[in-house]
Amino acid sequence: MSSVGIVLISHSSKIVDGVYDLISQVMTDVPISVAGGTNDGEIGTSIDKILAAIEEVYNEKGVLLLYDLGSAMMNAELAVELSGYENIIVGENVPLVEGGYVAAVESSMGKTLEEVYAAVKTI
Amino acid sequence: MLTTEQTIMWMEKMSIKVQENKEYLTSLDQAIGDGDHGINLSRGFSEVVSKISATNYNSSSDVLKDVAMTLMSKVGGASGPLYGTAFLKLSMALNEKESTFETFTTGVDEALNGIIMRGKAQPGEKTMVDVWSPVVKLFKETNEFNSDKLKDVAREAAEATKDVKATKGRASYLGDRSIGHIDSGSMSSYYLFEALAEVLSEGAK
Repeated sequence: MSSVGIVLISHSSKIVDGVYDLISQVMTDVPISVAGGTNDGEIGTSIDKILAAIEEVYNEKGVLLLYDLGSAMMNAELAVELSGYENIIVGENVPLVEGGYVAAVESSMGKTLEEVYAAVKTI
Repeated sequence: MLTTEQTIMWMEKMSIKVQENKEYLTSLDQAIGDGDHGINLSRGFSEVVSKISATNYNSSSDVLKDVAMTLMSKVGGASGPLYGTAFLKLSMALNEKESTFETFTTGVDEALNGIIMRGKAQPGEKTMVDVWSPVVKLFKETNEFNSDKLKDVAREAAEATKDVKATKGRASYLGDRSIGHIDSGSMSSYYLFEALAEVLSEGAK
């Protein structure tokens, strides 16, 4: 049985790599990918990286995207539109660390995309 | 109203303005944002000019579509998705239609709606919307292009953001401290309309 995929997006690759490590210490069976920094490895976000991260974890249960600051949200929404997938949610104003952790826990329990998102919204 | 050649000239002029004012845009953004606006836009529009100068186009719509895609993929900050969305909407409005003042007016209106949709900003929040809104209003209220008026409206609107408190974007974290600084995205939007005004007034001579 598949689990909801989680994409962690940040202006900095160190931030998402760190959050990924934090979650992976506890959860190993959840599809999580990261999109941090620009294509040149600088501070910012990249639609290409977000699209690749979506592809990495996409499955029929859907994908939840979490981001750090405003412009990352815009690129996340653009990437979702370009991906053509329907069952993707961009989590609005969800704290990245806590949200990523809770999403991973919920996803590992086999919850649906809507249930996972509802859980992170309560943080 | 806007030929394919003029569209290319518009982007070349915008690129020159952004390179010339790179430090100024950066200083505006450093005061109340993350300081990457000048760097991101100068890089983005250099990429735009390299792309469009190496391609043959049959319409201004096709030029603007490539401008949009280049900015979206090459600019890591907020200006990439925002300007990218604006140019994409303008491109769609001009697609397969005769470029008249009316279609262009529809185009800038839809570009503004695209910026609002993407950035979830409203007028008065100290963002580029504060320049695009009065510019769209000017286009809607007139029935022919007036480059002097366009420059005046856009410049005044950009300068007016100085006294506004930011409630959107990175500057909103600063609250009252954002007052007293011009919004960098509004300033670069002014350069964009100034470039358009210059290209179209040259064409009229």
